[in-house]
Amino acid sequence: MGDSILTYNGGCVLAMAGKNCVAIAADRRFGVQQTTIGTDTTRIFKINDRLMLGLTGLRTDVITLYHRFVQRLNLYRLREEREIKPASFSNMVASTLYSRRFAPYFVEPVVAGLTEKGEPYLCAQDLLGAPLFAQDFVVSGTCAESLYGTSETFWKPDLSPAELFEVTSQSLLAAVDRDCLSGWGAVVHIITLDGIETKFLKARMD
Amino acid sequence: MSQLQGFGGFQFDLLERNEKLKEKGYQVPTARKTGTTIVGVVFQDGVVLGADTRATSDTTVFDKNCEKIHYIAPNIYCCGAGTAADTENTTALISSQLKLHRLNSGRESRVTTALTLLKRMLFRYQGYVSAALVLGGVDFYGPHLYTVYPHGSTDRLPFVTMGSGSLAAMSVFESKYKDDMSRAEAEQLVYEAISAGIFNDLGSGGNVDLCVITRGHTEYMRGYAKENERLFRKPQGYSFPVGTTSILSSIFEKSLAHTPSVTDPESSFSMAVD
Repeated sequence: MGDSILTYNGGCVLAMAGKNCVAIAADRRFGVQQTTIGTDTTRIFKINDRLMLGLTGLRTDVITLYHRFVQRLNLYRLREEREIKPASFSNMVASTLYSRRFAPYFVEPVVAGLTEKGEPYLCAQDLLGAPLFAQDFVVSGTCAESLYGTSETFWKPDLSPAELFEVTSQSLLAAVDRDCLSGWGAVVHIITLDGIETKFLKARMD
Repeated sequence: MSQLQGFGGFQFDLLERNEKLKEKGYQVPTARKTGTTIVGVVFQDGVVLGADTRATSDTTVFDKNCEKIHYIAPNIYCCGAGTAADTENTTALISSQLKLHRLNSGRESRVTTALTLLKRMLFRYQGYVSAALVLGGVDFYGPHLYTVYPHGSTDRLPFVTMGSGSLAAMSVFESKYKDDMSRAEAEQLVYEAISAGIFNDLGSGGNVDLCVITRGHTEYMRGYAKENERLFRKPQGYSFPVGTTSILSSIFEKSLAHTPSVTDPESSFSMAVD
């Protein structure tokens, strides 16, 4: 890792699938290398009532890209007169990143949402927009390896929204405590067909 | 509008910034690669394509079950090795060009057309689009099998391997390949070649995917062999009773999915940008 620009600001995102629900969670730290500057960061953005986007990596690119997507989504809504599907939005993200194949944005996105049938949809991408689809969980950020470890042990199929919240929270908190660049608070969003439940977690602040 | 929507082609607006960051000593991040074993073999009346399912970033396995055999046309498929984003996008681009060509001409796509489109594109980018491909299909002229290198050169052979596991797979082909094999023999040979890659090359792993293309029929066998299932798992898993995690605050936002409107995406989650 070392002095990679992807680890300059720190932070991570984790998304997990349940039965007719998905959870997407992130830490809340904003830092410049070892210095913590903020503990109220938003890196998960609402796209619509059933779809959220998490962006880790260089903070300036996270913000720039989020605004680009808001603009493209508003034009999409005006043209199509409907909300975008998770798969279409993933393609929007992937093509935006791949169009800068040779001079990329330094972000790693996670798309989490429910399809029209209420099935979980998870897609993680690398900084060039190569998609990775998963039935269980996807991770990104400075503690991706740790998140893989915790998620791999804690996740199980067909979790209810309440169970999914606990599994996601515990996987995130355990991983984040092994990474100095992530942590300082956490947030979990549980997406169901009824709506989005957002919970801010009590976390270690060191 | 063209800047916003994009009409194809790569954009270089971030190049100067990224070069500055490189000058300042920040490492350029690595993209996800598929340190792969991909193979193909021609048999009596078709081709068999095979691939492993591991995607890695540096030494971390990021996907244990990814799809490396990409759709090009109903009668043509393509295995990809190299940078994941490049193989994915190159094959998707050529697939869409061929679809338009089919709609215009009303004829089945030919493997050589796909090959020409692929090599022209890759040659244009001088190897910087790092996609190493195994292209196979059956058309009017019969079965065809090609490899395409990132710089745009191609080979036409009865059996081919590509990726980091290509040496392991080729050793199987070189010892066991015969002309005019039956479908079952070809499937078995490809399975053995991919297995050699999975078990002897560290960049390859997971399951064996096969795709058998014959005249007028394609069978995509995802997970043809699964010899690397997770072995140890606590039978009931770990359970956290509801209420384990301490919560500071909670908000519930009711779904308005059926109410069409141009919503303000920043209404509920404002960003700290001011």
